[in-house]
Amino acid sequence: MAMDLANAAFRGYRRENGRVGVRNHVIVLPVDDLSNAASEAVANNIKGAMAIPHPYGRLQFGADLELHFRTLIGAGANPNVAAVVVIGIEEGWTQRVAEGIAKTGKPVTGYGIEMHGDHETIMRASKTAREYVQAASEAVREEAPLSDLWVSTKCGESDTTSGCGSNPTVGNAFDKLYPLGATMVFGETTEITGGEHLVAERCRTPEIRERFMYMFDRYQDVVERHKTSDLSESQPTKGNIAGGLTTIEEKALGNIQKIGRECMIDGVLDKAETPDGPGLWFMDSSSAAAEMVTLCAAAGFVVHFFPTGQGNIIGNPILPNIKICANPRTVRTMSEHVDVDVSGLLRKEMTPDEAGEALLEMMVRTANGRLTAAEALGHREFVLTRLYESA
Amino acid sequence: MIDFVVHDEGDSVGVVVVEGVEAGAELTGWIMDQNEDIAFRSASDIPIGHKLAIKPMKTGDTVIKYGVDIGRVVADIAVGEHAHVHNIKTKRW
Repeated sequence: MAMDLANAAFRGYRRENGRVGVRNHVIVLPVDDLSNAASEAVANNIKGAMAIPHPYGRLQFGADLELHFRTLIGAGANPNVAAVVVIGIEEGWTQRVAEGIAKTGKPVTGYGIEMHGDHETIMRASKTAREYVQAASEAVREEAPLSDLWVSTKCGESDTTSGCGSNPTVGNAFDKLYPLGATMVFGETTEITGGEHLVAERCRTPEIRERFMYMFDRYQDVVERHKTSDLSESQPTKGNIAGGLTTIEEKALGNIQKIGRECMIDGVLDKAETPDGPGLWFMDSSSAAAEMVTLCAAAGFVVHFFPTGQGNIIGNPILPNIKICANPRTVRTMSEHVDVDVSGLLRKEMTPDEAGEALLEMMVRTANGRLTAAEALGHREFVLTRLYESA
Repeated sequence: MIDFVVHDEGDSVGVVVVEGVEAGAELTGWIMDQNEDIAFRSASDIPIGHKLAIKPMKTGDTVIKYGVDIGRVVADIAVGEHAHVHNIKTKRW
């Protein structure tokens, strides 16, 4: 039976700034590599608090440092997060991150380790985390329309079945969500190479098209500057090639099936930048799965569509990843990683509309609280994008 | 039973969507955009997800999939043969 999309709703957590989350995490967020140990100790002390360790945050500068702050603040500000404890080696940057998150109105406290040491920091931060977890545990889900849902997409370990099965399924779902006023994003700038003219045609205005092409050309320059080969085995990856994808052009044409056939591109975002209105957005980004998904989480997206062919197993601590797969061998050999099996598309046992609806149904169930395969398996890949070397 | 799919009738390759295709196998294909069936004999062992040529291609030719250029032929490919990194390369980078 067809889904009544116009009246469809989900049950989420409405946050202080009006955004609606589908998870209720209390996170312990290190500002830098040095603060991972204290953050993990706090999460170990307080049941229900989740540390999000990462390897960066020292001696970065310029645009790379701005991106670091934007990503950490965005992750803390994400509506899937109820409250945040920030821990950094020193007070200044720690408070900068905490103050950025506090603009959402959600509870956040920052702790600098210098002048205190790990022991005292862990004790002070644990007391706060305990209060936050108990307060968050009383939050109640309420009904919200699908227009309150921010949905991101990025595919991984793609093969040729991605382009004819799982990616068009995302495209079908995006075409159905777009008229409802949902907010959606795609990206993977180098992975559009060979299909950039098709993406450019979908930009709503000449200004948006110009900005998209600027982002695209800039990334091409990065590749041209650093390449030592035609990038075969990097882009497409070794796994892509094992799955039958031959060239970047072929991979790109499969990739862009995710933006459907009808919805238009309403704007272009820098990495981890938050959209200021509904519609479909392009985000300049790496095509590496965990980097791109982390940028989507930082931009405020609350549910992610992740199509895969060969079986990418990625998850994210904040942003639930719904895995869609059309490769019957992957569905058989890696079933614990697959949330939506659309292999029937390749046997004419399922229509594109049926596949799109199966994904939207799983989206609503996930938004309502169902754990994705990646969440149940404990996948929490949080990977910050770096622009260049540290100072 | 569908053994391979083709995105567009103008394409020069199709994608094998079943496991265990061996040289000499009679294959049924589905052209998705036009919703038409076609038949080909496989000239190679072709793993699931890999491509078979449905048009003969000469070195220097452009390979078409999704109705769009996906690269250049670097070794001649006969109809039914496995088409992949050994005979197709990117035109970019």
